Amino acid sequence: MTLPATTDTPIAAIPLKPRTTATVTALRPASRRIAFAAIAANLARTILPPLVVLAVLLAVWQVVFSQPGSSLPPPSQVWTESYDLIVDPFFVYGSQDIGLGLRVFTSLQRVAVGFGLAALVGVALGALVGQSIWMMRGLDPLFQILRTVPPLAWLPISLAAFMDSGPSAIFVIFITAIWPVIINTAVGVRNIPEDYRNVARVLRLNQLEFFTRIMVPAAAPYIFSGLRIGVGLSWLAIVAAEMLTGGVGIGFFIWDAWNSSRLTDIIVALVYIGVVGFVLDRLVALLGTIVTRGTARN
Amino acid sequence: MSYLQISRVGKTFARGASSTEVLRNIDLEIEQGEFVSIIGHSGCGKSTLLNLIAGLTEVTTGGIILENAEVNAPGPDRAVVFQNHSLLPWLTVYENVNLAVAKVFGRTKTPAQRHSWIMDNLNLVQMAHARDKRPTEISGGMKQRVGIARALAMEPKILLLDEPFGALDALTRAHLQDQMMDIHQRLGNTMIMITHDVDEAVLLSDRIVMMTNGPAATIGEVLAVPLNRPRRRLELATDRTYLRCREAVLKFLYERHRFVEAA
Ligand SMILES: Nc1ncnc2c1ncn2[C@@H]1O[C@H](COP(=O)(O)OP(=O)(O)OP(=O)(O)O)[C@@H](O)[C@H]1O
Ligand SMILES: [Mg+2]
Repeated sequence: MTLPATTDTPIAAIPLKPRTTATVTALRPASRRIAFAAIAANLARTILPPLVVLAVLLAVWQVVFSQPGSSLPPPSQVWTESYDLIVDPFFVYGSQDIGLGLRVFTSLQRVAVGFGLAALVGVALGALVGQSIWMMRGLDPLFQILRTVPPLAWLPISLAAFMDSGPSAIFVIFITAIWPVIINTAVGVRNIPEDYRNVARVLRLNQLEFFTRIMVPAAAPYIFSGLRIGVGLSWLAIVAAEMLTGGVGIGFFIWDAWNSSRLTDIIVALVYIGVVGFVLDRLVALLGTIVTRGTARN
Repeated sequence: MSYLQISRVGKTFARGASSTEVLRNIDLEIEQGEFVSIIGHSGCGKSTLLNLIAGLTEVTTGGIILENAEVNAPGPDRAVVFQNHSLLPWLTVYENVNLAVAKVFGRTKTPAQRHSWIMDNLNLVQMAHARDKRPTEISGGMKQRVGIARALAMEPKILLLDEPFGALDALTRAHLQDQMMDIHQRLGNTMIMITHDVDEAVLLSDRIVMMTNGPAATIGEVLAVPLNRPRRRLELATDRTYLRCREAVLKFLYERHRFVEAA
């Protein structure tokens, strides 16, 4: 909490007048120019390389797939054929004809339920497994095997079990995302220093107090790395899950576009899925750093 | 009957087929308000003995009785200051003490009373100024002081300290020793402290318990320190009684103890 404040102090301490006035600018021109230059350099370092790579890739793609009879559309064709989808994420032309932003939103709701359940159950199960060495020995091999089963492979089983597409889809997301949460939580709980346990025992904390006051905060860095992997996996499962449900999700959109041979639409949808997955990952990571602030090292 | 009575206590750790007898036949009686140090070479079983008194580990033979009740589980009436402070890093200094106070006095004190009790204890170790800092943001000596405040805030019958100043530099250690004597003087707690430091033992203790080498370590000798309180380290540096006690402990550790090891 004190860190941001220290970086602000030199700026906050000096100006006697608003910084927009000419006097202030004249007083500290050097430092302002340096600050701008530093920010610009920083931006250039992080943003320029990927932009260059992207441009090169697009160019190569354009050249390679521009020959007549090529199997995939070039970027220019994606732009012209899927123009609607690219420029407006939120259009509504009919119940099945809506922008990709709205579709992503539908899918996100599904993932929120599936992943939310996976997080809750995963942390609880992980805590249980981490607390008992015998649970660990018995269940860990099972988890290690189950976690490698791909989302699609769960489809038939979950349909047979739930006999309804809605819950089946949620289950596919849930079962894909839960393993890393369980495993990481268990490892985190097992690594709780003996001293913390002794503190809890001297204070006679009960099970619930121990879980909330000691176990979860102590294992939080591990839990969050599990959640981060889990959210990525549940987003990976979205296409598989939405094959079941149909409707307006982004996953079903890809399946549907494939069936009606709209390749350019699929490409746009892939970009959407990639970007949203990236944002989800960063969101969970950010949440993790906020929650575990000060916990990681001591 | 004494306040704390340790009778024929033995501890054997069994792991699978192999077992190690760490402690054998420990007999010790401690009176209320006494300050007792336990000194002995590394690995002889001092921490094990302290954990037995704390109830964190169970005795194999014998028994421990505190104020007419047998010790068989840990509890806040025997507060422990751990060797490496063991503050919870995700809580602030205040919250760390509060964890103990809320648990121990949750029913008997009002929130306002609990708050002032927490601040009392932080003031006692002169750490009130850092109440909103996290353990990572304060020095080793400060952490140890907060650990002591947390333990004192439980209002324990006995305060158990496992090498509380072991990891600190000499100056900080001297400062904390003085604070410890001051607290003991003011509150009159019963305290048991493990130490490696002969001067620390003599300076702080009413009695010094010297342990033989393991395995199957036991109490080799108990030395009373007949020095008046309050004690001042500068005056004691040339005090006859002080030097005699110091020599006795050194002799035990480096003469007789070697003999025991060779036997
Ligand atoms: N849980 C345990 N299981 C098996 N052996 C143990 C256990 N705890 C301690 N021991 C053994 O008991 C002996 C005494 O350990 P203890 O930690 O009590 O020593 P100590 O006197 O506190 O040493 P130090 O001064 O280095 O802290 C050691 O040989 C140690 O290996
Ligand atoms: Mg020890």
